[in-house]
Amino acid sequence: MTEPAAPPPTPRELFAGFFGIGVSGFGGVLPWARRMLVEERRWLDPDEFTDVLSLCQFLPGPNIVNVAVTVGSRFRGARGALAAVAGLMAAPFAIVVALGALYTTYGSVPAIEATIRGVSAAAAGLLVATALKMARSGLTRWSAVIIAAAAFGGTALARFPLVAVLAVVAPLSVAAVWRSVR
Amino acid sequence: MTDSPLAQLAVDFGLLSLIAVGGGIAVLPEMQRIVVDTHGWMTAATFADLFALAQAAPGPNVLVVSLLGWQVAGLAGAAVTTVAMTVPSSLLTFGIARVWERFRDARWRKAIQRGLAPVTIGLMLGAAYLITRAADESAAAYVLTGLTAAVVLTTNVHPLWLIAFGGVLGLLGVV
Repeated sequence: MTEPAAPPPTPRELFAGFFGIGVSGFGGVLPWARRMLVEERRWLDPDEFTDVLSLCQFLPGPNIVNVAVTVGSRFRGARGALAAVAGLMAAPFAIVVALGALYTTYGSVPAIEATIRGVSAAAAGLLVATALKMARSGLTRWSAVIIAAAAFGGTALARFPLVAVLAVVAPLSVAAVWRSVR
Repeated sequence: MTDSPLAQLAVDFGLLSLIAVGGGIAVLPEMQRIVVDTHGWMTAATFADLFALAQAAPGPNVLVVSLLGWQVAGLAGAAVTTVAMTVPSSLLTFGIARVWERFRDARWRKAIQRGLAPVTIGLMLGAAYLITRAADESAAAYVLTGLTAAVVLTTNVHPLWLIAFGGVLGLLGVV
């Protein structure tokens, strides 16, 4: 790991940097994280960012939160991690809770209800597009198609608990790729 | 099982945090199973509404869990689901980040990462399927979902415009 190009950020700067990421992205904030961390503040070089992302996608949990933990702790330990996560989550949490309050109060007003119905249909379309994009680029082997189909069927159709589906599908999938990695 | 929804939310989402391969959205089917199927805290349609609100707001996708918590138990519920979904995986990340160098290039590490990729794709397809089923109550709504997906896949239109377009069609009573 090489030294970052800038002096290590303070917890306050980590909070501010991740605050900016939190309020910028719609439908996923990872692209904004790269812009802030690599291009604007230069806390990480491109290779370091790729490595951090690789770690954070390897581990369970929300990827961007894992990025905040990793970057924050790398520069300022536990305090840095806490500052980065708090910065990331504070504003978006307040915004969704405000939306939740509005939904609770006005969600059954006919005009609002109708609007949300349209928004929901469009939001479902965004998710369909994301899933299809991932499938298009990621399902290049027959074994991957079968594994994805099993994960889909187990969770969405059979409605098995995720932990049970993972216990069966994940080891099979790792075994299927074992010979292709070194 | 406990009687308090807050404790139940903490347990369910805390466990989910540690098995959330592929990040927050890939485990939407499990979230729906927890809050709709298992506990009956809301209908599938409400679940889809809350997902849509989270999509329409800035910030990490995972904040849909805050809205689910809000729907179940108000502000305390939102706080509990958000903390439960982020803290366990964050602690794990905090610990693993220190020793990452040691196994970053290990074969088992790469095999797990590559092996989980198609699992995540299957979960994402499941999330898309379930949300579409829950959100769309009319043929016109299915058409809007399909059109939105097609526009995203073929153009660079900003998603917020599509969300707004959907809202206008809804308001006009089209879907």
